[in-house]
Amino acid sequence: MSMNRRDFLKIAGISTIAGIGGTAIVGGLQKGVIEAAQTAPDTDTLTGKKWGMAIDMDKIKSEETLKRVTEACHRIHNVPDFSNTKDEVKWIWTETFEHSFPGQEHQFMPDAIKHKPFLLLCNHCDKPACVRVCPTKATFKRKDDGIVMQDMHRCIGCRFCMAACPFGARSFNYRDPRTGLKPEEINLDYPTRTKGVVEKCTFCRERLAKGLQPACVEASNGALVFGDLNDPTSEIRRILASKYTIRRKPELGTEPNIYYIIGGSDYAVVPEIK
Amino acid sequence: MKIYGGGKIFVGLIIFIGLATSPFLFNIGKSSIVRDTKAAEIMQSMGLQCVEKKAFMLPNHMRLLDKWRDSVVRKGNRLYKASDGKEYEMSLQNTCLNCHSEKNETCNACHSNMARKHTCNGCHNYMAVNPYCWDCHIKPKETKS
Repeated sequence: MSMNRRDFLKIAGISTIAGIGGTAIVGGLQKGVIEAAQTAPDTDTLTGKKWGMAIDMDKIKSEETLKRVTEACHRIHNVPDFSNTKDEVKWIWTETFEHSFPGQEHQFMPDAIKHKPFLLLCNHCDKPACVRVCPTKATFKRKDDGIVMQDMHRCIGCRFCMAACPFGARSFNYRDPRTGLKPEEINLDYPTRTKGVVEKCTFCRERLAKGLQPACVEASNGALVFGDLNDPTSEIRRILASKYTIRRKPELGTEPNIYYIIGGSDYAVVPEIK
Repeated sequence: MKIYGGGKIFVGLIIFIGLATSPFLFNIGKSSIVRDTKAAEIMQSMGLQCVEKKAFMLPNHMRLLDKWRDSVVRKGNRLYKASDGKEYEMSLQNTCLNCHSEKNETCNACHSNMARKHTCNGCHNYMAVNPYCWDCHIKPKETKS
């Protein structure tokens, strides 16, 4: 069989178009199968553009309060306890002033502040360093509410985010987390994690979706205030407008969203909007 | 045309083909998965139905779960509007496992191990797929069948 160059090119061209067109049509049809159904947010969902938290250190008076707050979080999220710092997994924890706000301590400051344990958690930064370094986009900043989230299905355990986070908010699962949980204490409504992924606080997004406040806020008796920083009428914005607050390592430019009220004495009366 | 040693070759070939196809020949007419079409109707009449029709779920449940995961984790949308208009919370642990579990009381009321047969493992073991959902998501106790 003989064929000239012109005929060969014609046939080649037609078969290419047929091939590409065919896969496109088949692919398009398959997509429609699931796309037909729709998804929507829960009707009870708390909505906010930029969630943030204010922590009034004056209202945290005892170790018990701190313990109650951390345990409330760790229990409902199945955070394991290995009782050793190397394997430790923590979503919310305590640290001294010097370690929480390095560079701001001085020798003459009140002992009450110097030795007070500060409650620390993920800052859900506006410009999160962890998100910038994640190679798989497993950690990302949610556009709707500003929560820095983790998709455990995607995490490959490279720990770049742990190196990038200046607040030490991330923990790696060096061991199977289920070995650090008591079987009777596991919360069956929330998954555990697996060995080899990084985890941290998620601002209780599963509770927000049900219209509830984060677990730590609920357990804190008003020492922790959670709200939308984008809404000038929210409780948290009115508190921030009336009290002096500090943030952790603001000089790094990650724009953390957890505010600490120090020496606020009592803001019991939330100031009215003028 | 003459094939040298033809007799041996053809006898060998026939034996080989016989051996290679024997698993299929033995199982002709037998199917280890019983597709009971009536069961679906009975369950529907009892008000037991999955988020989508069985014909859709059997080949597509993994795609549906994938979509649920992206929707919940990345967008924060937790409600699934099924094609029949009903709404469900998108949660493997809190929605799917309510029925697809060894502890399904409705099934166990009449059948001794009906629920176990119809949990994930019942089919996954047969198909030799090992999804790692349960590394994180907590499943109700389920024995390997």
